[in-house]
Amino acid sequence: MKVVGSIFKRGALYGILLGGVIIVAFPLFWLLSSSLKPGNQVFAYPPALLPREPSLENYTILLSRYPFARWLVNSFVFALSVTGASLVLHSMAGYALARLRFPGRNALFLAVMSTYMVPIYAVIVPRFLIVKSLGWVDTYQGLIIPSIFHAFGIFAFRQFFLGIPKELEDAALIDGASRIRIFVEIVLPLSRGILLTMGVIFFIANWDSFIWPLIITRSKDLWVAQVGIASFRDPQVTLWEYVVSGSVLMAIPGLILFFALQRFIVRGIKTAGIKG
Amino acid sequence: MQMSSLTKRVARVSVVTRLWPRSAQEREQGLVGYLFLLPDLIGLGVFWVAPMVFLFYLSLHEWTALSPMTYVGLQNFAELMKDDLWWKSVRVTLVYLGSYMPLVVVLSLLLAVLLNTRIRARNWFRTAFFVPYVIPTVIVGVIWAFMLDPSFGIVNYCFRQILQLPLLSQLGWQLPNQMWLASTTMALPAIIFVDIWKYVGFCMIIFLAGLQEIPAQYYEAAMIDGANSWQLFRDVTVPLLRPVILFVVMISAFRAFQVFDQVYVMTAGGPYYATYTMAFFIYERAFKFFRFGYAAAASTVLFVMILIFTIGQIRSLGTGAAE
Repeated sequence: MKVVGSIFKRGALYGILLGGVIIVAFPLFWLLSSSLKPGNQVFAYPPALLPREPSLENYTILLSRYPFARWLVNSFVFALSVTGASLVLHSMAGYALARLRFPGRNALFLAVMSTYMVPIYAVIVPRFLIVKSLGWVDTYQGLIIPSIFHAFGIFAFRQFFLGIPKELEDAALIDGASRIRIFVEIVLPLSRGILLTMGVIFFIANWDSFIWPLIITRSKDLWVAQVGIASFRDPQVTLWEYVVSGSVLMAIPGLILFFALQRFIVRGIKTAGIKG
Repeated sequence: MQMSSLTKRVARVSVVTRLWPRSAQEREQGLVGYLFLLPDLIGLGVFWVAPMVFLFYLSLHEWTALSPMTYVGLQNFAELMKDDLWWKSVRVTLVYLGSYMPLVVVLSLLLAVLLNTRIRARNWFRTAFFVPYVIPTVIVGVIWAFMLDPSFGIVNYCFRQILQLPLLSQLGWQLPNQMWLASTTMALPAIIFVDIWKYVGFCMIIFLAGLQEIPAQYYEAAMIDGANSWQLFRDVTVPLLRPVILFVVMISAFRAFQVFDQVYVMTAGGPYYATYTMAFFIYERAFKFFRFGYAAAASTVLFVMILIFTIGQIRSLGTGAAE
């Protein structure tokens, strides 16, 4: 009786999990399949599970009729430059807060952390007006620079540097190395793991970013891919064939990163969740 | 004359040396410390602190695209109080929070517990549930809007097929064609579902990390006392996981208070404002109608609501989780 019960339990468990996996995986499969159906077959009814004659027509038209390639490049430029600048600046700031002693350090740390829980929709309007007064509306610097600064990255690097044994730096200090040299030549090489981890986290977060690119860019040349895709979804007529093919192109980089670096993403989330 | 300037200089130097560490190494440490912090401090100051201060100032002013900024006192807040659309957006956001947050927390905790047991293909399942995290929210929104389309969407198609199965049709079960995002009752639940789809795996990973920190001895001891798996969950897992639960509650609430991307691409706030969230209200006031002062007042209220919620959560869930 007990054996039957446990087999039943197992079955139910796998049933629930498999059901969940189907709910997660099917939309992605459906997106890809639909994007390969030419033209108005995308929304033919009844829907065919697989395209009858798979074609790349939606993609070629999307890339020729609209500046979608440009939008994708913008998305990359945006996400990569925010990520690069964040890694440099936040690792420096995190190191200063974790390792260097100077007057006012704790107060500055608290000041940094006080911005951590400020919701973006609380500051979005005044921030836009500040960036506007700098003359940065509809520019790359207006898109990129405000997105770099966030307490989370500083905090995560600080936590990591607190965990590195001090002795490693002490030896170099006795040899008379400068702090900057120690940071560049000893600390950073030890931080390859966290740099990669935070790099992936920053990239994904900015790849996902929507409201800021939406309000700060006006000319289509500066749009990121998400804003472009959203523009296809007009309330009156949605250009579904370009929505789905554009979405596939936008989803692919994230998925590649995910499967290549999943270990690092998981580690980054743990850093944020457990120690945060 | 010369004498006094010299004493002044001596005095100044001694003040400086008292504040400033004597050894060259300490001095260098301080300099490098400030240098390393400076760019981030300026950035956080300009793009977080200054907007925060400016927000309160702005909320007391009327400022549109056409008119210059004029001081109006609390008039913006008084207008909010009388604005039906504002109250609607508050209600929508609170409904979102009240359903989304508990569902995300419970579902992700359940998944984490299931995937922390010794089952086959465990890592494979974890990966699968985690995938949506890397799909941008806007993309998630359009995929589901595509699938939920009332006329050609795959979801309605599946429902119709299921209802045509012999047994069900004989029972006479009828399910009217669901309008989903075009329906005032279904649109908000649909958006909540989609956001859960996107976010549950992320929270699951956080819970899994927390579960792995719980020492196995606790479970062994409880099992020796004859606890069943529900008791293990209730009396060992949940209490020890409290700080992590608090964290997931906070981040999912933070997300629920600020729903925008999905609404923008799935319903644009409609139909009939059924999905008009506070973030969407703020966005439209500022960037569609260019009423910056009024939008700032709405932002201020949102900020205060989140602050109160955060403090309340830390008080209620945080006690006993201090270690």
